[in-house]
Amino acid sequence: MLKLTINDKEIEVPRGTMLLDACQQAGADIPTFCYDPDLKLAGSCRMCVVEVQGRRNLQASCVTPCENNMIVDTESANVVEARKIILELLLARHKLNCMVCEKVGACKLQEYCYRYDVKESRFAGEAAHFTREDPNPFIERDYDKCIMCTRCVRACEGITGAQAINVKDRGHHAKISTIFDGKLADSSCVFCGQCIMVCPVGALTSKVSMGKGRPFEYEKVLTTCTYCGTGCMLELNVKDDTVVGVTSNRDAQLSPVNKGALCVKGRFGWDFIHYKDRLTTPLIRENGQLREASWDEALDYAANRLNAVKAQHGPDSIALFSSARVTNEENYLAQKMARVAIGTNNVDHCARL
Amino acid sequence: MTNTIEELEKDATVIFLIGTNTTENHPVIGYKIKKNVRENGAKLIVADPRRIELAEMADVFLQFRPGTDVALLNGIMNVIINEGLQDKDFIEKRTEAYEDMKQVVEKYTPEIVSAITAVPAEDIVKAARMYAAAEAGSLCYAMGITQHTTGTDNVKSCCNLALLTGNLGRPGTGVNPLRGQNNVQGACDMGALPVTYPAYQAVAVEANREKFEKAWGVKLPTAKGLMLTEAINAAYHGDVKALYCLGENPMISDPDSHHVEAALKKLDILIVQDIFLTETAQMADVVFPGVSWAEKEGTFTNTERRVQRVRKAVNSRGDARQDWQILSDMTTRLGYPNSYASPEEIFAEIRSLTPSYAGITYDRIEQTGLHWPCPTEEHPGTPILHTEKFSRGLGLFHAVEFKEAFELPDEEYPLILSTGRQLYHYHTRSMTRRAIALDTHRPENQVQVNQKTAAKLGILNGEKVRLTTRRGSIELKAQVTDILNEKLVFTFFHYGEAAANVLTQGEALDPIAGIPEYKVCAVRMEKII
Repeated sequence: MLKLTINDKEIEVPRGTMLLDACQQAGADIPTFCYDPDLKLAGSCRMCVVEVQGRRNLQASCVTPCENNMIVDTESANVVEARKIILELLLARHKLNCMVCEKVGACKLQEYCYRYDVKESRFAGEAAHFTREDPNPFIERDYDKCIMCTRCVRACEGITGAQAINVKDRGHHAKISTIFDGKLADSSCVFCGQCIMVCPVGALTSKVSMGKGRPFEYEKVLTTCTYCGTGCMLELNVKDDTVVGVTSNRDAQLSPVNKGALCVKGRFGWDFIHYKDRLTTPLIRENGQLREASWDEALDYAANRLNAVKAQHGPDSIALFSSARVTNEENYLAQKMARVAIGTNNVDHCARL
Repeated sequence: MTNTIEELEKDATVIFLIGTNTTENHPVIGYKIKKNVRENGAKLIVADPRRIELAEMADVFLQFRPGTDVALLNGIMNVIINEGLQDKDFIEKRTEAYEDMKQVVEKYTPEIVSAITAVPAEDIVKAARMYAAAEAGSLCYAMGITQHTTGTDNVKSCCNLALLTGNLGRPGTGVNPLRGQNNVQGACDMGALPVTYPAYQAVAVEANREKFEKAWGVKLPTAKGLMLTEAINAAYHGDVKALYCLGENPMISDPDSHHVEAALKKLDILIVQDIFLTETAQMADVVFPGVSWAEKEGTFTNTERRVQRVRKAVNSRGDARQDWQILSDMTTRLGYPNSYASPEEIFAEIRSLTPSYAGITYDRIEQTGLHWPCPTEEHPGTPILHTEKFSRGLGLFHAVEFKEAFELPDEEYPLILSTGRQLYHYHTRSMTRRAIALDTHRPENQVQVNQKTAAKLGILNGEKVRLTTRRGSIELKAQVTDILNEKLVFTFFHYGEAAANVLTQGEALDPIAGIPEYKVCAVRMEKII
């Protein structure tokens, strides 16, 4: 074990622990942009710098291994000044349209500028502009808001394995790009939206959710995805009794199968829920046409017709298709209905299809 | 799955995929396989008639002729046995009928199998050695294995291979069917099957019937029920007169759509319970509006047998009613009064009759779902099956001979048609056609065709073609590609507008599972001028 003193607090950590981890264990709130516990380390944004006694430079804590007897200050005057300058440098090219930004309230840049009282940038001047329409229907890419933390690049490679994007060019002109700087649809992108999940600012957002609600306006309801059999957990974003988006939860306890990773259907395929032609009333066919009916009328009609068939042709002339789409509870009731109320084992579902 | 999804990322050292296009149909499982291969150096064997995405990173890619799965797997086992790579200890202690299997497999030399499957003999040898040498070999399959007239044989062959190499009962091993739909595992577990009550308690066993008769307080039917495909055929022949269809869309999902339509039209009454007026609901006599998954409480069971919560996020609109309430109301009206207060109360009844679910409660799965079997409330669940013994005791080898598919290409219909799914749509597209981004991205059906075949027929990429089988024909765009060979075309079954199942045959099914042969039928393709 290694012994460290962090903000006057003594702490022991196993060898190999990074300083950021140790600081967090010691209760320090270290701001980070490029660091993500699920991704390869980048050590590029320098926001997590701390002051280590005896070291000439401030240390990026996410990539600095702990050493015995380190004495660390996480909010010294030097550290605060460095973080302010980093924020000012980022603001020099970050488009400030927070009033219409999807990420407002959940944006790390906004949070840290507030925390360190950074109101404007002294480095205003020639900033590169990147915004170009990407016509895909899923992911809004606004690289004028990008802070080049590269979390999207590392998530694309490390979580999804798509390797669709990377950093193009250097310095002021650096930007995130697909191969040949083309459209996402022409790259190896599979539109899983893991890039949106890890983006700390509003550079990457969901086009399907656009304008429907910002993070502080909706509640998240954790549930199991309705598409394939993998059983990913996802969060339905609910505002005014309406689903306005999907986010994911990366806690392995709450999201044991996927740990936040989703596919394109899970993340972007939710808007059928409120689609305009959802059935909202029972229907009965009359003179060849389906007409609206009350529940009592529809249920009685269906039950009487089934009972008539049963009386005339026996219970095995009736079949029931249950569904791989509905819950266990509903499947149980469906097969029970077939067996106890109709009196047949003619019950199956689409497992074979 | 005998094992869990996480093991494919962490524990498996060799992953053998056959008949699963994992990155399209189980994308998140696909990510995990890629990660294991890229970061841990796991070996990957992919057997598929198409050069699917994962084939690109495979150590061995076996591009075999559709429908020759048994031959291919027998060939692999032939090499393993001949080279003495089988797990003799496992075979001796945990299995039986090895000699019967061995006798059949002896005939399937790599050369003979190569002639049947069109896979080079040396690749068969390479795959055999790689899988047999695995510290932990996981075999995953999906409907590429099952949707054949020999589907059951194909599954048995997969089991044979895992038994032969002792790849069962340990982390990273297993025979792992990747199930396609959110709760297909749960629907089976719950006894929504013609031959079993919940937890696969066979209807034919008198003691089981007595147990459920006692619990439910009625005399239960003894006759074997009809499978879905049989029920449609019975309706066509006038033996089934009424059909209650809950959240299913057989007009698009079942084989030979014209036949399905004719069958549904002959019914005295068709009742459909759904959230949209699907192609099937449009033919119904009564339609009950149910609710979507975002509007209900309950549980789904995923492909690794993990029972997880479904939570209500929003209220349903209009007069739509909870599906469990509709079923409960109908059951009462059909003469069996019942009422439940909530899905949780139904789950309590399920637990009391379903030994593998007995220990699972809503409280226990509030955070993290549990794997069945979970017999008691103290039981931690069972992520890995068959660690000590199999359900029947010893693992049974099956001697399986290769049989050709039912409908092979001929002069009139010279190509093989396979159907399946794609990443951007789901099943009969009743949901994803209304998910605007998904449908904008993939608005219409396509048929994948090899460039040489396309050239021969004068077809350019994106041009309209007509596919015709003995059942019917559809028109759709050609996607010219080199991921499949000249004899094969592949299309997607999601699209009602160019419905693949107009083409498929429902006449010959797997004799045990009743599954249709969606991966092989004979088809003709022509350019539309």
